Amino acid sequence: MNPQIRRLFFVLVTLFVAVIGMSTWWLWKAPDLEARRGNPTLLVKQLTIERGRIFAADGKTVFARNRKVKQKSLGRTWFLRVYPQRRLVAHPVGYSTIERSRTGLEKSLNDFLTGSNANLDTVLDNALDKLKGLTQKGNDVVTTINARAQRVAMDALGGKCGAAVALEPSTGRVLVLASQPSFDPNLVEGHFNQILRTKAACGSASPLLDRATQGRFIPGSTFKVVTAAAALDTGRFTPSSRFDDPGYCIEYGKRVSNFADQSGPEVFGNVSFTQAMEHSINAVFCNIGKKLGPTVVLDYAQRFGFYEEPPIELPSEEVAPSGLYRRNRLYLPRDPNQVDPGRLAFGQERLLATPLQMALVAAGIGNDGIVMQPTLVDRIVAPDGKVIERSNPKEWKEAIKPRTAAELTAMMRAVVESGTGTAAQISGVPVAGKTGTAETGVSGRNDTWFIAFAPADRPRVAVAVALSGQSGTGGATAAPIAKAIIEALLKRNP
Amino acid sequence: MALYVAAHLVVRVALPLADPYLLPLSGVLTGLGLTMIYRIDPDLAFRQGLWVVIGLAAFAALVLFLKDYRTFDQVKYILGLAAIFLLALPAVPGLGRTINGASLWVGVGPVVFQPGEFAKVLLVVFLAGYLRDNREMLSMGSGRYGLPSLKHFGPLLIIWGGAMLVLFQTNDLGGGLLYFSIFLAMLWVATARWAYVAVGGLLFAAGAYALYHVTPHVQDRVAIWLDCSWTVSNACPVYTEGYQLAQSIYAISGGGLFGQGLGEGVLISPEGHTYIPFLSTDFIFAAIAQELGLAGAAALVLLYVVFLYRGFRIALMADDGFSKLLAVGLTSALAIQAFIITAGVTGLIPLTGITLPYVSYGGSSIVANFLIVGLLLMVSNHVNRERS
Repeated sequence: MNPQIRRLFFVLVTLFVAVIGMSTWWLWKAPDLEARRGNPTLLVKQLTIERGRIFAADGKTVFARNRKVKQKSLGRTWFLRVYPQRRLVAHPVGYSTIERSRTGLEKSLNDFLTGSNANLDTVLDNALDKLKGLTQKGNDVVTTINARAQRVAMDALGGKCGAAVALEPSTGRVLVLASQPSFDPNLVEGHFNQILRTKAACGSASPLLDRATQGRFIPGSTFKVVTAAAALDTGRFTPSSRFDDPGYCIEYGKRVSNFADQSGPEVFGNVSFTQAMEHSINAVFCNIGKKLGPTVVLDYAQRFGFYEEPPIELPSEEVAPSGLYRRNRLYLPRDPNQVDPGRLAFGQERLLATPLQMALVAAGIGNDGIVMQPTLVDRIVAPDGKVIERSNPKEWKEAIKPRTAAELTAMMRAVVESGTGTAAQISGVPVAGKTGTAETGVSGRNDTWFIAFAPADRPRVAVAVALSGQSGTGGATAAPIAKAIIEALLKRNP
Repeated sequence: MALYVAAHLVVRVALPLADPYLLPLSGVLTGLGLTMIYRIDPDLAFRQGLWVVIGLAAFAALVLFLKDYRTFDQVKYILGLAAIFLLALPAVPGLGRTINGASLWVGVGPVVFQPGEFAKVLLVVFLAGYLRDNREMLSMGSGRYGLPSLKHFGPLLIIWGGAMLVLFQTNDLGGGLLYFSIFLAMLWVATARWAYVAVGGLLFAAGAYALYHVTPHVQDRVAIWLDCSWTVSNACPVYTEGYQLAQSIYAISGGGLFGQGLGEGVLISPEGHTYIPFLSTDFIFAAIAQELGLAGAAALVLLYVVFLYRGFRIALMADDGFSKLLAVGLTSALAIQAFIITAGVTGLIPLTGITLPYVSYGGSSIVANFLIVGLLLMVSNHVNRERS
């Protein structure tokens, strides 16, 4: 029997070696596995770090802080997240949980917040803390969000499905990034079902979707600003160019009518370019689009940042690019004949844009044609109060010439003074704006918009508001919200 | 610790010639298990401590009062029947307890125990005796086609049937696999015929296949194993059925080479539940890998290998068939059990819930495994006395 016993020994030893081999294999795969959802290893390891806090632009309003939890058996302290502002900034700030990982700035700035960034100071501080046996501390983040204006925007959007974005045109600082319906990030851990049960006035509430940066709305007439920019910047038209408006425009042998009320399509007759913008006359823009061709219009859209994810500090999967979409995917046609130039010119034709993108368009016009890189982070502060990162304004796109920007500003002022956007008038402050009422194919379910910047002569704020599932016009539904946000932001620094 | 020293002294007095490594080995394993359990749940560790005391008492009783283990040889059929009786016990209405989908427990009042653990020991003793008596017949083959006659092979078929029955009835692939592997290992050692292993393996595979088709529980286990371990695919249902295996693999991979350190591992959530269910029983190997790393896990496995080596050495040196087969059977029972569970939690084979000998929390398991080490030491003592 002895030979068998010896062999059996080797068989069993081989099996044990296989077990060690398998464990080694998992070790090898550890980097892949750590990134997987549901793996608590890294997340929990980082829970022992006193995560940095997240503040509003004033440096006082707390968006995210820590709650200490002592574990009895080991005397270990965990730092769990608390979001005192609840729904207010749930989308840009995001959440950091064990069960559902992280989103928003909590995700994209995780290295800074946990102090795992590679700045020399931080590395030294951590090494010292470790030697002293102290808790590792993360860096605080001060955002650019104006808490008061954010609340105004969230309240104004409340109950609707939509988003509002406000930027500082000269710096790209994001002052408001509001999306409704929102969710309470404190419920993500443990009460996620409550969030999923959120109801809203639109088809699907999707409270986790950041409609400001990911929500794709049909831009409708707000896109006329881009078409006009192309028309003026190429020198093909001037604000005083004359057009005849019969109430419709003929495309492919068929009539495309102007916006219709109860008495049928509006007819304006002979108008200037400025008047066409003021009253948002589809027929005129349709003809301009046909003359310029879709290639030029799309080229100008790209100059404003369409077809790219705006380079904001949010995780890439939470920012969507704007442009033409086909089968739910972004597409840039090579062959201009594939695109209906008239409908493109007034922002229909499978064109989709995020509120952030349209705010960038408004900001670009308000900043002499230069689109600044949008930023949500003002500064990152080490635990000892030292500022380790400060965001500096960077140019993102040179969209149009300053002269074109000035002409467009005058046209957009006319919209608010005497056109479709009168609801956004603010006494003593000139506002330049553009309305949008995009048909989705279902009557009474329009995507409505308002984009604006103010004061028009020296812009400090650019805003975009988008709502879905509206029966009214952009001028009636979105413009008042934009007005409220602008007022809240201008009141701050008189 | 003191108890171990006492137990060790008992052994040295009662069995002066016994193998000096086995008891300390089981002691180290138990100590490691207790430490781990304490870190997971101090109350549970206290209960485990009680079980260790009971186990050591049983061990001492066995070593001190049983003069010659070969008396078991004479009552082997009774022991075999007792084993089957114990295995069938959980099926008795009113006695059986089903925990986590497997009906392996028997409850009498507040005491719940797993008779399968003791049946394992009895089965090995029976097989050792039976195979010793019939090994010539079995290895030669007396009937036609070189097959042994039904007279000699019959009881083995009964055992196979019994194991299969237990498998179906308890819904427990791990136990079935364990008993059957022990059976095959001993049969092969006794007869040196590969055909038995092959036929036995096929029969078991057939049984397992049938079980796979009859019980969804087993289908789930296999599907999870395929999705979660071999391919690491996104099909692995991380949040539902595949949760425990996925968490176990995360824990092992997160442990790194030297582990997070005792008490430092990511095992318990801030809300106080363990990420891996059954952490102190089935998944204790994952907890060890997380906190002590690959090095710790490998060292643990190495302890089993040393145990295996010492146990087989006793078998090699023994000069009577019963002692040989008994030592081989007991040792491989322990080693195979350790393999099935460690391979299960690492995703090498489909996961089946059995304990890691000496390390996992579990009263029946601890006591039964101490009886195993006691028997092994008695065989060793006997063997060495014959030699000198």
